[in-house]
This record gives sequence, structure tokens and C-alpha cells, in this order.
Amino acid sequence: MKSFVLAVVCLISLQAAARQFTLEGKSLASAINQAAIGDTIIIPFGHYRFGNVVLDKSISIIGKDMPVLDGENKFELFTVTAKNVFLSGLHLINSAFSSSVDYAAIKALHADGLTVTNCIIENSFFGIHLSGTDQVKISDNKINCHRPPESNIGNAIHLWKCNQALITNNFVSGHRDGIYFEFVTQSIIENNHSEKNQRYGLHFMFSHENQYLNNQFIDNGAGVAVMYSHTVTMKNNLFAKNWGAASYGLLLKDIRDSEVEFNRFVSNTMGLYMEGSSRIKFISNEFKSNGYAARVQASCDDNVFERNNFQGNTFDVATNGSMVLNTLGKNYWDKYEGYDLNKDGWGDIAYHPVSLYSMVVERVPASILLWRSFMVFLLDRAEKNIPSITPQNLMDTQPAMKPYDLSAKSK
Amino acid sequence: MIQILKYVLRDVLRARFVLFYTLFLLLSTSLLLQLDSDPDKAVMSLLNIVLLVVPLVSIIFTTIHYFNSYEFILLLMAQPIDRRSVFLSQYLGVALSLCAAFAVGVGVPALLFGVASKMGLMILVGMASTIVFVSLAFLSTSFTRDKAKGIGIALLFWFYFSLIYDGILLWVVYSFSDYPMETATLVLSSLNPIDLARITMLLSLDASALMGYTGAFFKNFFGSGLGISFTAAMMLMWMFWPVQVSLRRFKKNDL
Amino acid sequence: MISLQKVSKKYGKLNVLSEVTLDLKAGHCYALLGPNGSGKTTLIKSILGMAIPDSGEVKVANQNIAGQYQYRKWIGYMPQIGQYPGGLRMAQLFDMMKSLRMDVKNTDEELIESLGLRPLMDKRMYSLSGGTRQKVSAALAFLFNPTILILDEPTAGLDPLAVQILKEKLLREKAAGKLFLITSHILSDLDDLVTDTIYLFEGVVRYHSSIVDLKTETGEASFAKAIASLIRTQDLQIKELIG
Repeated sequence: MKSFVLAVVCLISLQAAARQFTLEGKSLASAINQAAIGDTIIIPFGHYRFGNVVLDKSISIIGKDMPVLDGENKFELFTVTAKNVFLSGLHLINSAFSSSVDYAAIKALHADGLTVTNCIIENSFFGIHLSGTDQVKISDNKINCHRPPESNIGNAIHLWKCNQALITNNFVSGHRDGIYFEFVTQSIIENNHSEKNQRYGLHFMFSHENQYLNNQFIDNGAGVAVMYSHTVTMKNNLFAKNWGAASYGLLLKDIRDSEVEFNRFVSNTMGLYMEGSSRIKFISNEFKSNGYAARVQASCDDNVFERNNFQGNTFDVATNGSMVLNTLGKNYWDKYEGYDLNKDGWGDIAYHPVSLYSMVVERVPASILLWRSFMVFLLDRAEKNIPSITPQNLMDTQPAMKPYDLSAKSK
Repeated sequence: MIQILKYVLRDVLRARFVLFYTLFLLLSTSLLLQLDSDPDKAVMSLLNIVLLVVPLVSIIFTTIHYFNSYEFILLLMAQPIDRRSVFLSQYLGVALSLCAAFAVGVGVPALLFGVASKMGLMILVGMASTIVFVSLAFLSTSFTRDKAKGIGIALLFWFYFSLIYDGILLWVVYSFSDYPMETATLVLSSLNPIDLARITMLLSLDASALMGYTGAFFKNFFGSGLGISFTAAMMLMWMFWPVQVSLRRFKKNDL
Repeated sequence: MISLQKVSKKYGKLNVLSEVTLDLKAGHCYALLGPNGSGKTTLIKSILGMAIPDSGEVKVANQNIAGQYQYRKWIGYMPQIGQYPGGLRMAQLFDMMKSLRMDVKNTDEELIESLGLRPLMDKRMYSLSGGTRQKVSAALAFLFNPTILILDEPTAGLDPLAVQILKEKLLREKAAGKLFLITSHILSDLDDLVTDTIYLFEGVVRYHSSIVDLKTETGEASFAKAIASLIRTQDLQIKELIG
């Protein structure tokens, strides 16, 4: 073990107690040993192999010019156990992979007040793994994994039993789930970009009272899936290009008392899929160029769809039952062929968004090959005039004649 | 044969119908492109014309033309000209003029509105279905020497391929919904040239419809090299098989 | 020049030709006779390749014509009812036919002149009367100097003057050693021209001999009378057959 030197950089500082060191040498552990609570260790540019570093002291570690910390596929890079740790400007690569232990580039256990910002995490099993940690701030990080599909990969940002987390401006891709929450409450997830993850761009369960704002979930294996939660707010998010057998822009399962507003669902196999969900307000969302815009299973009730735009979808609404317990109103449907004689901006006859053909496709998926056949057109037309199979009461009684301009978003 | 073809072409063009047809296509294409700000949607609307109007016009016009040319054919048959040349020049004359009408009627507005790249495949598919239905028209003329009957058979062909076939297909698929029907549906729909044309266009324009699991299966197939060759082969089969059969019958039939 | 060996043809159940065997020689003029529906036109169409026999073979210049078409360059054909593309002008029709027969350098346009078609060249075909159309057919049949002429009811619908012109033309061509096969109901038109008669009844050749034999056999001096007597005796024979 080589000796190390700490070069003391004295700053003209009001906080006399907090010192700042620049790391010189090979062991970060020793530097942490030497540091006092509140100190800052600066790691200059370089390629370091520190092995596993345990942060059991409330200090800051800041990289200068993005130093590379290499886990050599053997070590977890940081294990944080102290509160109020600050990590920034680090380039963390190659953390250990395991099928039994959740190794991560940064793992925190009961490390409240942790901040991870401006870091790059590459080829890690888990990116940032937090458990029982409250009031964390994860911002401006780029977390990326290049492992081939189907290999065993963890989540990019993983939170378990956390409260009041703030997750903003992160870019996550190539992991199993981009952002994963279980038992996470009162948190804000904002301005993140999650794409090309193997499973879900965002995945949460039992996570109540969280807000998801201005995020983009693009081209993830199965889109976004959220389950067993209440009081969820989703606004201004983009769910796009989730194509595939069981891909959804947004899957809601057992969600209640939530708001989904001003989101865009574009080019998904299924824009929105919901089952067992209640009392959700879908307002001013844009559903565009999806296979199915919204699929609402019969197990859902008391949901409201209002002032949404439905444009260029193969099927606007599909359902598996005839019971109608949800309300549609004032939406714009590009397939609406009614008229507005009194010029009040609302169509004079109701719009039935469930087509006969969509129910046929529901039962026999192979019949999708007949889409846009003249026969299907006649069939749908006949059914529209004399509904016999499609749920008669599922309708928008006040369809809008013009699409809403949803570009002027409200926050 | 080139000589005869020249006369057939002159005869077809003199009928003025082809001119009206071209104008109709020009007008409807321009209107659709003008009214719809989204060229994708305009192309989708045009698809309906390609799938319904083009086959109907092709098969009916060709049938009527054939029966109207009967005297001409008789006249030629007394000359040292083989039946094959007479038949093929009739076929080519009609097919070429209708294809040209379609290419001009749809292609020129596409160029003017700057959406030629989007319409390229549409024009190709439209010309292919034109040829297919010209072929089928010749097949229907080979069954009868009566003009009214011939037009009846031609209409039946059109009705069958544009409507009845899909109805039967849907019914079959629905009846056997407990079995995996993907491959069967694929094979069955390739037996209808209109379905082939429709699916080819859907894959390039309206992919969202085919994004589900089954859709992905079809998309993978039709999008692959094998699928494209398969589609092309089936389409070529539809272009040349009916005309081959009717040529054989024409060679053997009494005039 | 033309030979038919056991040529049979059925339309549905109807035997139109049954085992017709004939040998037609150059320099002769054959009158193909028989009541309506006896198979005359079918016989002609079989020679032209327009109707295809069910069995038997047709040879022209010792060549089986099945599947062949080149042999038709020796044949001039005047159909019973001339059907022409209506939209064409007469001049265009002649031009078209000539352009299809580039092999023939010297066309015989004598009939165009003598039948007075030249001034009508601008007329569209649909606007022509049946007689004029018949004249066009005649002119077309002779246009390419054929060695065999097959004329189906050539005089029907023609005015007497035109009949005379046509007949003179036929006589001249016959002198040049060409083969004629003519069907006609108007028997007197064929006097002085016919060398042989073929009598067809219900698809069977009932009688085939030279006109000289016919006249001696029936004891009649004119061709028309000889034929009428022939038909009578044929009828008697048939009645005997049935009775």
C-alpha cells in the first residue's frame, strides 16, 4: 500500500470547519478516513480502481473533469450509509454483476439527504440503488448500459421505501427499468428522459402521492407500467414509440384517485391500457397514431376522459365488456363524422369510439390483416347505424368539432 | 405485333374514356392533397380509390374494350398473324394505357405537391392492381362471347375480390378463432390481389394498425426480404396467371 | 391445294361437321352449297383456323394448319358479314391492313377503283351501308394477291352492277389459276364460274363432283337448275332414309 499525500487547498471560506481536499494517490478509502464530516474530496481527472468505497461519513465527493472510477466488474463502487452525502461529477463504470446480490454503481442504505448529480454511470448492474433513504436528490445524471438484450441487468434508478425524493433531468437507458419505485411516496419525478430500456421506462408499485412531470418515455421494451398506487399525478409526459407484442405507452393497474393531464401518447401499440383503476381524470391528453389509443377494461370505473385529442389511431377506444362505468366527454375524435348545426363547437350527435371491427380484432387478432378493407368499412358503418354488438352507452355525447391546441400546456 | 399494338393503343385512346379516367384521377388526387394538410392522410384516402375504383375501372373498361374489338380481332385472324400476337397486343394495349393513365393521374399531382416519395409505392401498387384486373378481365372474356355476360362476369370478379372474399376470410378467421390463425390468414389474404395491395400499402403508411402482437408478426413477415419477395411473386402471379389462362383459351376458342 | 381429312366439329351436342373429307385443287372454283346451318361457314372457318376442328386435319399446300398462321398469306377471305372497327376511316383500314402485310409489295387495288370505294375513303366504317361494307370486304380479300380465295356469300347485299364487277374479277382471277371456294345462295350468280360443287347437309358432304358431271347427271343445262334438281333429289333420298 502506497502512502498518500493530501494537498490542502485552503479556500477563503466562511465555513471554517468544512475543508476541501484534492485526492492525490490511489486510495479513496484512506482519504475518506482522514476527512471530517462536511469535508469535500475532489478527485482529479484520471482512471481509478478503488474497489468498493464505503461512505459512512457525511462528506462530498466531487470529480474534476469527470474522473473515471472503474469497478472492474467486481466491485460495487459506492456504498453510502451516512446521511447527507453529496456525489457529483463522477464517471462510474463497470460495477459488479450478480444474479444474487443487487450491486450498484451507487447504493444507499438509510442514507437520507443523499445527492447524486452530474454523474455518468455506464455498464453497471444497477445504476443508483436506494433503500430506506428519504429526501434524496438525483439530478442531471446519465445512466446507460450497453449489455445485450435479455442479459441480466438491474434498474437504472431504483428506489425502495423512500420518501420525498426529487429525481430530475436524468437520462436513463439500456437498463431493465429506467426508473423503478416500490413503496416510494411524496416524490417528484421531473424532466427525465428514459429510453430503450429492456422492460419499462418507468415502473412503480405501491407508490402514492408522487408527481411525474415533463418526462419522456420512449421506445422502451414494454413502455411504462404503474400499479397498486393512488394519488398519482402525471402531467406533460411523453409516452412514445413503445411498439411490440405487450407494449403500452402507459399501463395502469389498480391505480385510483389520480390525474393524467396534458400527456402525449404517440405511436404506441397501445397508448393507454388500464385495468382495475378508478377515479382517474384523463384531461387534455393527446392520443396520436397509436394502434389502440386507449383500452379500458371492464374492471375500471368512475374514470373521466375529457378534452383529449384522438387523432390517427387505428382504434380509439377498446374494451372487453359491455358495462360502461366511465365517462367520456368533450373529446376530439378525428373519426367523428357528425355535424354541428347550431355552431356551438360541439357535435350534435354522440360519437361511439368502439368499433365493431376493434371487437373482432380483440377476439381474433389475426383479423387485423383486414384493416382498411372495404368490407370492414361497410361492417363498421352498418354497426354504427344499428349498434348491436358494440357497447351502446360508451359514447362521447359532446364531441368537439375541432382538435384542442394542447401545445399551450398548463403546469 | 408492334404494328397491331400501335392500332390497339390508338383505338383505346380514341375511346376517350382513358382520358376521362386520367382527368378523374388527376382531379381527385389533387383535391385530396389540397384538402388534407397531412399528406399521410391524403395517401390513405387515395388508397381507397386505388383499392376500389382502379380495379373496377380496369376490369370493366378492359372487358368492354375486348368485346368492342371483336371485329378487329376477326379481321386480323384472316391474316397471317398468330393468335398469340393478336391477344397479347390487345392485352398490352389496354394494360399500358390504363397504367399510364394511373401513373399520370396520380403521379403528376404527387410531383406538384412534392409528395412523390410518399406516393412512389402507391403508384407502383396502383399499376400492379391495374394489370391484375386487366388480366382478370381477359379471363372473364374467355368464358363467353356475349358482351353482357362478359361484363357480368367481370363485375362479379371485382365484387368478389373487393368485398366477398374479405367477408369470407373474416368469417373463416372468426370461426376458427380458437386456433392460431396468423399463417392461415397470411396465406388466405395473399390469394386476393386487392388484399395484397392493401397490406403492402398499410405496411408503408399505417404501421400503427399493425403494431400489436399479431400485427408485429405480419409486419415482420411482410417487411422481411422473404415477405417482400413473396408479395411480389404473388402479385406477379396475379398479373400473369389469368392472362396466361385466357391466352390458352383464346388460342383454342373458335372465333 | 387444300385438303380436309375427316374433319369433325361439334358445337355442344350439335354435329356441325362430321368427318368431312375434301380435296380442293388449284385452278378450280368450288361452290359450297347447302341449306342454312349446314356447316358451310364452319367449314370455311376451319380452313382459316378460326374454328378449330375437334378431330381430323386440314392441310393447305400439304401443310397441316393446326397451330399455324403463315399459310394464311395465300388466302384472301371475304366474310359473310364484314365487321370492322367502327371508328376507323376506310383509308385507315386499308392502310392498317397494308401495314400488317409488309411482305406484299404489289397490292391489287383494282376492286377499290372499280367498286367505287376511292371517293368514300374518308368515311368512317360505322357510317357505311351493308353493301358498301361488303364491297370493302371484297376489295380486302383480293388486296394481297392471294392464290386461294374463300368467299362467304360474296354477292349478298351487293347491287347488280357490283355483282357484275365482282364476277368479272373472279373470272379473270380464275383464269390466272387461282383456287376459289364460294358459298352463295344466289345460284345464278355462280353460273359460268363454278367448276365443282360441294353439297353439305347437316355437316356431311352429300355430293361432290365437277359441274359437268352434275349437269349430265341431272339433265339440266344451267347450273342453277341443276342444283335445284340436285337439292330435290337429295331431299327425296333423305326422306327415303327417314321413311
